[in-house]
Amino acid sequence: MKIFLKIWRQKDAKSNGKLVDYEMDNVIPHMSFLEMMDTLNEKLVVSGEHPVEFDHDCREGICGQCGMMINGRAHGPLKNTTTCQLHMRSFKDGDTIYVEPFRAEGFPIKRDLKVDRSAFDRIIGAGGFVSVNTGQAPEANSIPITHEIAESAFDSAACIGCGACVATCKNSSAALFTSAKISHLAKLPQGQQEAHKRALTMVAQMDAEDFGHCSNTEACEVECPQGISVLNIARMNWEFLKGNILK
Amino acid sequence: MKKETLSTLSRKYLMALTGLFLCFFLVIHLAGNFQLFLPEAQARESFNGYSKLLSGNIFIKAVSYILYASIIIHSVDALVITVFNRKKAGKYEYDKRGAASKWYSRNMGVLGTVILIFLVFHFKDFWYQYKFGTLPLDAAGNKDLYEIVIRAYGDIWYVLFYVLAMFALGYHLLHGFYSAARTIGVYHPRYVAFIRVFGTWYSYIITFGFAAIPLYIYFTHY
Ligand code: HEM
Ligand code: FES
Repeated sequence: MKIFLKIWRQKDAKSNGKLVDYEMDNVIPHMSFLEMMDTLNEKLVVSGEHPVEFDHDCREGICGQCGMMINGRAHGPLKNTTTCQLHMRSFKDGDTIYVEPFRAEGFPIKRDLKVDRSAFDRIIGAGGFVSVNTGQAPEANSIPITHEIAESAFDSAACIGCGACVATCKNSSAALFTSAKISHLAKLPQGQQEAHKRALTMVAQMDAEDFGHCSNTEACEVECPQGISVLNIARMNWEFLKGNILK
Repeated sequence: MKKETLSTLSRKYLMALTGLFLCFFLVIHLAGNFQLFLPEAQARESFNGYSKLLSGNIFIKAVSYILYASIIIHSVDALVITVFNRKKAGKYEYDKRGAASKWYSRNMGVLGTVILIFLVFHFKDFWYQYKFGTLPLDAAGNKDLYEIVIRAYGDIWYVLFYVLAMFALGYHLLHGFYSAARTIGVYHPRYVAFIRVFGTWYSYIITFGFAAIPLYIYFTHY
């Protein structure tokens, strides 16, 4: 396959970036999108150009490190797929592909396609945990919990923190990410004790991180690699409301 | 990273509560307006009597102040939220994100602005006329608001403007009603599914109900 690329190149956080054209001949349809990028980078290194920097780690769709806007969609054209799980067979010979970083005020660009998503870590740091001394891991069956609740908490916990929700949101809102963490813990007996306090502190941190309001457009759920439900956002709103009343 | 006085969620609660109050008001307003579909003589008597009743009632007066406040708070909050979001939003060179959501959910500010412009005319032509204008009196000695309504909808352009505004309102509600439930925290899938269906029907009834009135008057009286 022959592919025309328009990739966002930006030297560092402060400089202005621009789209740069590249041409790839011999792209194999079985290549993953990141393998195609690797091939491009090999070419660039040989020609003495700085390779295109991008985040990635597991390359199996579980770590949430990879993330690019591909042809104007977060993680590319497929539903519920990370960039590393996207393959070149999703494109046609002769296609032009636009590749841009995830963009948001809360996600400053570090270089090329690499963005600083540490805002997410700070949101987790603001209460996305259970504050007890765990000691030894307790016997798993000693805490009574129904199958349905365990499953539902797991659905929320499945968020990999890639940031596609923010990148695709017209307001760059981090509501889906923050709410997935808040609901995950609010559903479980271990997390319930601090559910209200957690909602208040995590929302306060989310606001401090330059993210916008949630307008409930629901684009985040559509683009989320894990299909995290927007109902988590409703849960967050509920816990936050209760937290404000009961605090 | 400056500290805001209201959290993003609190600002949305304000939006949702004022929005839902307006939704409730629209039901009462539409029910009252349905009197305009009665045969002419009866409609005139009934509608004017109803207007008189409302304007004299102290309870309605109190509710009307909540209504004015809701419109103002909702609009100001809308402006604050929309400007704030614009500032935070990432901008792409090549943007196809729209494929992941409904157009009206992304354009609540535009739809709201159309509604606001409509409200200015609506208040000027009916509310202001009734409260401060000099109106003819009907047989029962009540201010003849019915006559004002009939005259207003003799102009096809005014009718079209009204109908267009009702469609803006309809799309605003189609997203807004459901969104407000989300904002105030309805998270159980069963109730969420119910609210989606209820909100859709609500929006259709409000839109077509209000839009039918000027069309009915134009085609039966002119
Ligand atoms: C009869 C008139 C109106 C009704 C019944 C109404 C109702 C609603 C409702 C129920 C919501 C959902 C709140 C939420 O998402 O939590 C909403 C949102 C919104 N309204 Fe209205 N509204 C009206 C007029 C207006 C006007 C005049 C404006 C603008 C000047 C406006 C601008 C907005 C905006 C921008 C949003 C979205 C807020 C967001 O991004 O989350 N609305 N409206
Ligand atoms: S690299 Fe780990 S999810 Fe894509």
